[in-house]
Amino acid sequence: MVAIKQISLFVENKPGRMAKVSKTLSDAGVNIRALTVAEAGDFGVIRMVVDDPEKGYQVLHDNGFTVSETEVLAVEMKDIPGGLYEIVNTLGESNVNVDYAYAFVTTKAERALLIIRVDNLEKAREVLTSAGVKLATKDEIQKI
Amino acid sequence: MFDYWNPHIERMPPEDLSKLQEERLKSMVHYVYDHSPFYKERFKEAGVKPGDIKMLSDLSKLPFTYKVDLRNTYPTGMFSLPRNRVVRYHVSSGTTGKPTVVGYTKDDIEMWSDSLARALTSIGLGAGDVIQVGYGYGLFTGGLGLHYGAEKIGATVLPTGTGNTERQIMLMQDLGSTAIACTPSYFLHIAEVAEKMGVSIQDDTSLKVGVFGAEPWSDETRRRIEEATGIKAYDIFGTSEMSGPLFTECQEQNGIHVWSDMFLIEVIDPETGEQLPDGETGELVITTLNKWAIPLIRYRIGDLTVINSEPCPCGRTHPRLMRILGRTDDMIVIRGINVFPSQVESVLMTIPEVGDHYQIIVDRKGPLDIMKVMVEVTETGFSDKIADLMSLSKRISKELKGVLNVVADVELVEPGTIPRSEGKAVRVIDKRKV
Repeated sequence: MVAIKQISLFVENKPGRMAKVSKTLSDAGVNIRALTVAEAGDFGVIRMVVDDPEKGYQVLHDNGFTVSETEVLAVEMKDIPGGLYEIVNTLGESNVNVDYAYAFVTTKAERALLIIRVDNLEKAREVLTSAGVKLATKDEIQKI
Repeated sequence: MFDYWNPHIERMPPEDLSKLQEERLKSMVHYVYDHSPFYKERFKEAGVKPGDIKMLSDLSKLPFTYKVDLRNTYPTGMFSLPRNRVVRYHVSSGTTGKPTVVGYTKDDIEMWSDSLARALTSIGLGAGDVIQVGYGYGLFTGGLGLHYGAEKIGATVLPTGTGNTERQIMLMQDLGSTAIACTPSYFLHIAEVAEKMGVSIQDDTSLKVGVFGAEPWSDETRRRIEEATGIKAYDIFGTSEMSGPLFTECQEQNGIHVWSDMFLIEVIDPETGEQLPDGETGELVITTLNKWAIPLIRYRIGDLTVINSEPCPCGRTHPRLMRILGRTDDMIVIRGINVFPSQVESVLMTIPEVGDHYQIIVDRKGPLDIMKVMVEVTETGFSDKIADLMSLSKRISKELKGVLNVVADVELVEPGTIPRSEGKAVRVIDKRKV
């Protein structure tokens, strides 16, 4: 399976909350690859891709955070104009909805990685692969 | 199959119980008239003499006693006996105004522990059980009350009091507590701390019974406690004016047995003072039948409840309090609508995404009362989609509106952020009073 595990956290929208999350991960030696914060008034959701999702989930859970794991796709996209279009257009034409997405660029590659949560993971994987788009695996994320 | 502490009294036919109550009421009325200047005066004002009370139905001729009477006669103006007959004081916290002082003769302490001995036996406890008393010891009646009752039935008492939760859990394991008595909110906290310590109450301790009270709690919380920890959770009731904790449910878990040979109970319409029939919700009024240091006549406790006088399947013939909604003092009025924290709790505890702890914050914005309910989001059903979280808080708000008829803002907070209490939980913060 090419889906990777994303960690999501429920956090109150208050000073110091992000600090507590990142301190917990840092103490456990878990490295964050990509992160996004969605806010909705009094609270927000932090979503992130880390090098060791099992460990990341465990330490956050043990420290009393409300945390869940979500399956997402890490899609490689060309770091050029039109790179994103190619991917989301492929998904859109196949009627796959993107619930949310965030991207990051790795230091080594000329490629960027787009993390997406979709409503139909299997179909997304299928249409992207047949369009020649590469999906990063868990191991590849770990090695970045 | 059923155990009784005092089968003769507990299973006495209702008509015999009434006869016993009638005799005791008549002598109690004479006793207070002769011993308490307060009651002599109060009876005169009401134009009633002890001789007017000839049968139980004459009870309604007697004047009420109010909590404010105890406060106005602070510290010991309501005592019917001199100090050389009093062996103990307890003092209530008095969050509103002066504290109230209660006193006990040797016989009063005996009656109190006898009441609890019957109650604890009715939930299957006895010699061989280890009862961990996690109520506060000291001026509060909870700790010492349960302590005496538990010793009376020959159980082993582990008098932990409140606090030092990790040690409570260690001792529970090491000394094999089979029962715990504390506030339901403190037990939830104990369960939470145990989980963090890697201790499963169900698998790693011998705990089988909880005796929970001193704050109103709902059947929904009972269900959560029982499911999460595998124990049977029983409700206990009593106030310091009556002695302290006195009565519990039996193993049927269907109403709290009030011992008729000790207390005469009525339910009245709080507005008119008229007696209400069985099955109707009203304010609980008690008359003590064999309590001597501070006997009370028609004392308005303030709890709203329903009485059921039908004999219980457990064989006990004494009336049951079916549901204690909470004290009238606990009631909050939001835009003219009465709201009990226990109603809010019963709604919240049916929603699996909501944690066991909650807090209600009442404030005023311009001329309008606003109510905010803070709940912790559990991992059960936590979705990382913002839309799902928004719809969760909308759903909670809608369910609250359905039951309370009041609009409440729901604030989702992180687990562990609502303060845990070791005694009575602070469920309501009313900023309008500050």
